[in-house]
Amino acid sequence: MSHEYVPEIAVDREGNEYKVQGWQDDFYGGKLGFWLFMFTEVLMFGAMFMALAYYNHLHPQEFIEASASLNRLLGGINTVILLVSALTMGLSLLKMRAGDVKGSKLMIWATIVLALAFLGIKAVEWTAEYNHGIFLMHGEMLPESGMSFGKKLFFGMYFTMTGIHGFHIIIGIGIMLWLLKRINAGKVRPDHHILHWNIALYWDIVHLIWVFVFPYYYMIGAGGATGGH
Amino acid sequence: MSKSYFDETHTAIGHPKSTFMQWMLTIDHKRIGLMYAAVMFAFFFVAVATAFLMRLELFAPGGQFIDGDTFNQAFTLHGVIMIFLFIVPGIPAVLGNIVMPLMIGAKDVSFPRLNWFTFWLYILGCIIALASLFTDAGFADTGWTFYAPYSITTDTNVVFTLVAAFVLGMASILTGLNFLVTIHRLRAPGMTFWKMPLFVWGIYATAWIQLLATPVVGITLILAIMEKYFGIGIFDPAKGGDPVLFEHLFWIYSHPAVYLMILPAFGVMSEIIPTFSRREVFGYRAIALSSASIAGIGYLVWGHHLYTSGMADIAKTIFSFLTFFVAIPTGIKFYDWIATMYKGKIILSTPMLWALGTIITFTIGGLTGVTIAMIGVDIHLQDTYYTVAHFHYAMLGGVVFLFFAGLHYWFPLVTGKMYNETHAKRAFYLQFVGFNLLWFPMFIAGYYGMPRRYFDYLPEFQIYHQVSFVGAVLFIAGLIYMFIVFFKGWKSGNPSGPNPWNATTLEWHMPSSPPPLENHSKVPYVDFNPYEYHHGEPVVKFDYATMKRID
Repeated sequence: MSHEYVPEIAVDREGNEYKVQGWQDDFYGGKLGFWLFMFTEVLMFGAMFMALAYYNHLHPQEFIEASASLNRLLGGINTVILLVSALTMGLSLLKMRAGDVKGSKLMIWATIVLALAFLGIKAVEWTAEYNHGIFLMHGEMLPESGMSFGKKLFFGMYFTMTGIHGFHIIIGIGIMLWLLKRINAGKVRPDHHILHWNIALYWDIVHLIWVFVFPYYYMIGAGGATGGH
Repeated sequence: MSKSYFDETHTAIGHPKSTFMQWMLTIDHKRIGLMYAAVMFAFFFVAVATAFLMRLELFAPGGQFIDGDTFNQAFTLHGVIMIFLFIVPGIPAVLGNIVMPLMIGAKDVSFPRLNWFTFWLYILGCIIALASLFTDAGFADTGWTFYAPYSITTDTNVVFTLVAAFVLGMASILTGLNFLVTIHRLRAPGMTFWKMPLFVWGIYATAWIQLLATPVVGITLILAIMEKYFGIGIFDPAKGGDPVLFEHLFWIYSHPAVYLMILPAFGVMSEIIPTFSRREVFGYRAIALSSASIAGIGYLVWGHHLYTSGMADIAKTIFSFLTFFVAIPTGIKFYDWIATMYKGKIILSTPMLWALGTIITFTIGGLTGVTIAMIGVDIHLQDTYYTVAHFHYAMLGGVVFLFFAGLHYWFPLVTGKMYNETHAKRAFYLQFVGFNLLWFPMFIAGYYGMPRRYFDYLPEFQIYHQVSFVGAVLFIAGLIYMFIVFFKGWKSGNPSGPNPWNATTLEWHMPSSPPPLENHSKVPYVDFNPYEYHHGEPVVKFDYATMKRID
């Protein structure tokens, strides 16, 4: 909590001294904790990918057809945006560690702008799909519509997973703004940047998940409805 | 009189003057553990009352007090409270929080403010869970497992319970995460993993399950909510979805979750047995590693919940085979405990009585579990009272009994006072007899075909239900008796001193009793094994002011 924390010393029977690790100022503890937390995120998305793979196995052709109808250009642009944002976030951490607080803040702002652009493009995509009658509780997705089971499942999972991913982007923007506040308050400094480190890690996981979401939804139908055969 | 953690505390925000706010904002692991205990046991009694209501209804065939729908809600309420609010957080949140940092010589957990936040997340989950009791649609009637497609179509307020289970799952993940980092980072110098007390090993294995299994059920509950309100189709056969997928995803978490409940309980047992046998524990490494292997194997056995769901025969065979494997590390633990007692100076204090009682009840619960892991037998006993009796013998007769054992064992540590041993023992005998009378007839009734979750039954089953009822009355009487003993002990018990049991682990080497705010006066250097006894006396002795060894 406070940076004046002085670790205690434990002494064994021979009189040797050992530094005691306290919960205060535990950089590696903070990192380990956040890595473990990120692992739970991977498991959450892992379970959804497993369900997706199961239905893909049941309806391979319909999955390819549904995937073919997604907008690969917008999805691809979003992938690039997210990859670049991971770069800017990484640069902000490097600058912070190198002592360049101003440059670091600039890079965080760049990440936030890119994240907003991602959300904007996502909104355009979802709107277009809505206008085509494909959205949760709407048009073709209603139980009484004639759309095939495989496509309904594909789009149901598509909106769920991209939605939950988008939710993580929003959370990410929120914690980056908080990080900026902490930097301005002097609580995150070049010599004390565990929060910055962990938020950069969070952002990496968010883009890493997208790197799996994008091919599974957009690319399996990239060869057209025949799957390229 | 030196100050204890009851007199002063660190808080998450600010420096409140009032005692009440100091408790609400506390980040001290001991205070948080106590608050968990208070809330948890309040809910425990609600769930016990619900169970008693069901027993009352089942006293005679036909409907007397509640109708079928209310009965469905009653067993759901009982299950949801007992599983998500009581037994899953249970031992880790209460005893783990209070005792684990003391055992490894830490000042607190790794993230004390996260611990505080987790507690309030837990409270939020409890509020959401119970809020649906007061809505028009009423509490969920799906059973605590929320099986699709019924949970998707029922008109009751199942969404509250799903959200609550998700929030409580988050709290569980964060507790596990906190404990994992604590155990990795904050052990006193010299304390290697092989010098940790076995309770810490139990908590460690549990924390991994909390971390690795809970996210799966979390997302499953989210998907069920998405299905119910947005119609994504994943669990709905009308849209091509597969309800059995829900069962798989649910049990991928919820089967490891039963090991998550029992492993810290086994840890409590591993503390009590050597202390009251005055002997070094037999097979320390075997017990420690069996916790880890139960946690590992526990992931691979979920399919035994789905024998009757139309799974492939080869899958059933594999799951059945893997399920038998869990019995091996569990058996190793039991033989180790019994070997520890062999030629020991056994002292039959109340915690030891509870532990010994559990050896009987959990063995019955465990071995009946092996019988229903067999595919053929399970087809016959699926969803009968046999299964109900099995998991109550394992959960109540295993986890909760050991929880009570731990409460008796660490009561003097937490409060600095001793309860009345004579009364505590009477309460144990009352509960032990009541428990067996309550659940054993259900094995027989289930074997003859009494299905679970029915509010009515054929007259031939009446005798079993009536014996059960008598057992329930005795058990609840014993339960109330036990809590009165605790209450009186806390109010007017004799001061216990720091180490009333002559135990060896670090939490009993405190400068004062109850412990001061930041635990040990100095962090000791640990160059000894956790249970070193010589001729029935603890080997390691400390000067409590400096925490230097003086033996």
